[in-house]
Amino acid sequence: MVKSFGQFLLFMQSMLVRKERFTVLWRRTIDECVTIGVNSIFIVAIVSAFIGAVTCVQIAYNLTNPLIPKSTIGYMVREMTILELAPTITSIVLAGKVGSSIAGSLGTMRITEQVSALEVMGINSASYLVLPRILGAILMFPLLVVLAMALSIIGGYLAGSLTGSISAQEYIEGIRTDFIPYNIFFALVKSVVFAFLVSAISAFKGYYTDGGALEVGTASTTAVNNSIIAILIADFALAAILL
Amino acid sequence: MIEIHNIEKSFDGNPVLKGISCTFETGKCNLLLGGSGTGKSVLLQCVVGLMQPDLGSITFDGTVFSNNKVQVRQEIRRKIGMLFQGSALFDSMTVAKNVEFPLEMLTPEMSREERRDRVEFCLKRVGLENAGDKMPSEISGGMKKRVGIARAIAPNCTYLFCDEPNSGLDPLTSLKIDELIQEITYEYNITTVIITHDMNSVIEIGDHIIFLYKGLKLWDGTKDEILNAQVPELKEFIFSSSLVRAAKRIDDETHSGVASL
Repeated sequence: MVKSFGQFLLFMQSMLVRKERFTVLWRRTIDECVTIGVNSIFIVAIVSAFIGAVTCVQIAYNLTNPLIPKSTIGYMVREMTILELAPTITSIVLAGKVGSSIAGSLGTMRITEQVSALEVMGINSASYLVLPRILGAILMFPLLVVLAMALSIIGGYLAGSLTGSISAQEYIEGIRTDFIPYNIFFALVKSVVFAFLVSAISAFKGYYTDGGALEVGTASTTAVNNSIIAILIADFALAAILL
Repeated sequence: MIEIHNIEKSFDGNPVLKGISCTFETGKCNLLLGGSGTGKSVLLQCVVGLMQPDLGSITFDGTVFSNNKVQVRQEIRRKIGMLFQGSALFDSMTVAKNVEFPLEMLTPEMSREERRDRVEFCLKRVGLENAGDKMPSEISGGMKKRVGIARAIAPNCTYLFCDEPNSGLDPLTSLKIDELIQEITYEYNITTVIITHDMNSVIEIGDHIIFLYKGLKLWDGTKDEILNAQVPELKEFIFSSSLVRAAKRIDDETHSGVASL
């Protein structure tokens, strides 16, 4: 465990020395933004919209006390979405999609000697392959989280209206009650930290894949598992520190 | 010229290279010959810098490579072209992009047009002028090797390393790849090092052959000398080859008159 962590730190360091030209890094980062961000919009949209919808319906189901105003449902959907569901669930979904993709692609490049080909050319493979992926994730995760927040709240609105659990007016009133802008900042900080953890852990697992196709699969699975565990630990740590 | 002096390398206490010293000459096809597990690939990886030897030194045209400054190693590495056993083409790029890649990365002063012209020239040189737009998954193993060679020579490499260039290829394609490597070596006067255990290649292009056995250099010489070598391990290796066995059988039958029947 300690050895792996030390190896991880050395890997991070190796990525930052002998970097390629800025134009190369910029182009590679934009490519990764498309792969990580744009290609994940659909799954993030589906997951967040349904999470918002289910949250709304289930809160309405549990909120039977007539003394509690119905607008509380909208308020609770907003708070849960912004503070926890959008950043954490989105990052866990992305750990599955993006993390496995990063680990799988780097692992395949390693076992097919593409990484060695870069090294022989005198290119720092860690910097060329990994740094753009981490930067791409750090740029795109917050945007996806903001999208997830919006769609989750809209999902709750539609579910509440369609099932008759809450009127549109009450829901809107609820989501406008006691809004704390700091919570958005907190969610974005979480998304940046989660982006780094998912991309760096997955890249580390993929980059050091040794063996064949079986090991690439194992690296992908381990990358997703470790990323999710890291997200949950970081989630707790950030809540304790920043709230 | 590449000079290797007393290279040693161990893994978990098991010595793989036991003090190998040899020279790879310029303008020649230098073959590293030996069976599986004799340390050929480890030696090559040490030479190109993918692995650090435990002991010994490697010199490229008088400049020490191993244990030198990162900048010096980078400079030397940028003169190295390498053809990998599995070709190691970048899956996400077309054939032309693969060949252009080292130019784009290593020679930023080249304009896009100059790069395109160089790519066209290199692809034409290896006989793949019409395959530029294809993806690596769409071409055959032999074509992949050719693209690998084109990529290696694109930035005007001074040293060309080939790791089993014939593996997985049919005899005719192997012969063509061997001939192409030899032509390029002579044409550009580069130092070519080829790992092989294929006796066809040895007989065809072995200007300078180094035979490795259990991490030791047992013999070196030319293709004309190898069949008369008196090293038992080398003789055993040569005569285990189907090609040489078949040639010997035909020779024996011819002399005993059996072949004429």
